[in-house]
Amino acid sequence: MTRRAPVADWASDFDHLDPAFVENPYPIWDELRQKCPIAHTERFSGVYLPVRYEDIRAVAYDPEHFSSRRIFVRESQPALRRAPPITSDPPEHRAERKVLLPAFTPAAIQKLEPRTRALCRELLESLPNGGECDGAVDYAQEIPVRVIAHMLGISGHAGDQFRKWVHEFFELGVTDVAILERVIAEVSGFFSQEIAARRAQPADDLISYLLDARIDGQRLGDDDINGTLRLLLFAGIDTTWSAIGTCLWHLATHADDRKRLVEEPNLIPTAVEEFLRAYAPVTMAREIVKETEINGCPFRAGEMVMLAFGAANRDPAMFPDADRVIVDRAVNRHAAFGLGIHRCIGSTLARMEMCIALEEWLGKFPDFELTPGAVVKWSAGTVRGPRQLPITLGPR
Amino acid sequence: MSIPTDGAAAPVSLRVRVKRERCQGHARCVALAPELFEVDAFGEAREIADGWVSSHLENKAWLARANCPELAIEVEIERAGEVA
Repeated sequence: MTRRAPVADWASDFDHLDPAFVENPYPIWDELRQKCPIAHTERFSGVYLPVRYEDIRAVAYDPEHFSSRRIFVRESQPALRRAPPITSDPPEHRAERKVLLPAFTPAAIQKLEPRTRALCRELLESLPNGGECDGAVDYAQEIPVRVIAHMLGISGHAGDQFRKWVHEFFELGVTDVAILERVIAEVSGFFSQEIAARRAQPADDLISYLLDARIDGQRLGDDDINGTLRLLLFAGIDTTWSAIGTCLWHLATHADDRKRLVEEPNLIPTAVEEFLRAYAPVTMAREIVKETEINGCPFRAGEMVMLAFGAANRDPAMFPDADRVIVDRAVNRHAAFGLGIHRCIGSTLARMEMCIALEEWLGKFPDFELTPGAVVKWSAGTVRGPRQLPITLGPR
Repeated sequence: MSIPTDGAAAPVSLRVRVKRERCQGHARCVALAPELFEVDAFGEAREIADGWVSSHLENKAWLARANCPELAIEVEIERAGEVA
């Protein structure tokens, strides 16, 4: 990460790459919510940051003023590139999303459960009971990368390459457009070869599925297929990796919650919703394409607005005891997967991976804690999660 | 933390309805109340069997409504005697 100019004032000069924000964004969001509540920065060519649930929902529900053609806040913006449906706006968006939806229904995702469970068990086999491991590197990061590779019909050995791309795209590429352009070229080249291979020999995977798909009777263009595949790769990996890692971090630092989930594994799906609420890993963005106003705050066209779903999820006006993690919270209308037409298409997949990952880990290692004195490192930018999570396994 | 029930108390009949134009396919209702909701081929929700709720599932109806991020679920209360 490049050195950043210190933040003068969070309400008028915020910087989501600032080390204090990367380490712990929650007190910053809380302060802004009380005094601002829509922050702005001249950095990144101008960005707005609403932090109340109501305002974030208003932006997410208004694609007319807030376009998805750009969805990342970056130091400098590269040329527009389509990755349907995430970069699409109405009216095209609906049909482009519908193409993908059947592959991500609860029934489709349920079929991946046994494979995911076996994969988690295999990863846990190699962790030393009574010893140390890195919960982010040895466990969390491996699960989504292998599941999405399977869905795309790509050999599981591509994992290291995928993770390198994801890191470059989401972290290094925020400030270095040359890295970003190189990654996109490399990933597009990779998928062009995969597309050619599936044309020659179709398979039962998402690439062949997209090659077969039609909108209004027309096949999808190769550029769009490639863009959609890049989306599935980028969106399917470090989001869920971050979410699983954050669950482990919470349980390693909150023994009561850990013991409760060990004793009541049926509570895991409810607890996962609460972890998603409290630690929502993803912050998307929109480009303001028409001047407008939300809650009295004017939004200038041409600038970006961040959708910090993690900030929405900590809004006390929406969630009682918003800053407390309550693993059996019964009413939980959180926005971790977004709101409105761009709801994360992989939300059911992510939830399944999180639940299975926790069930299997807690079944094998009911006792664990952060390794005393070790340092936890968090990723910066669009996706927040632990990238280094030293854990000691087994009873002390 | 209690689940809002609009002051409904027995004897009533409940009926759930998914406002399809609001549903974005989060599928929370299907996860929490699979007896009352199902999804279509695109993963978007609808109520099962006209939405009538057996009395032992009333809690699940309120729970599903309270967890829909898009506010797409309605629970209608039919007082005893009003139901044909």
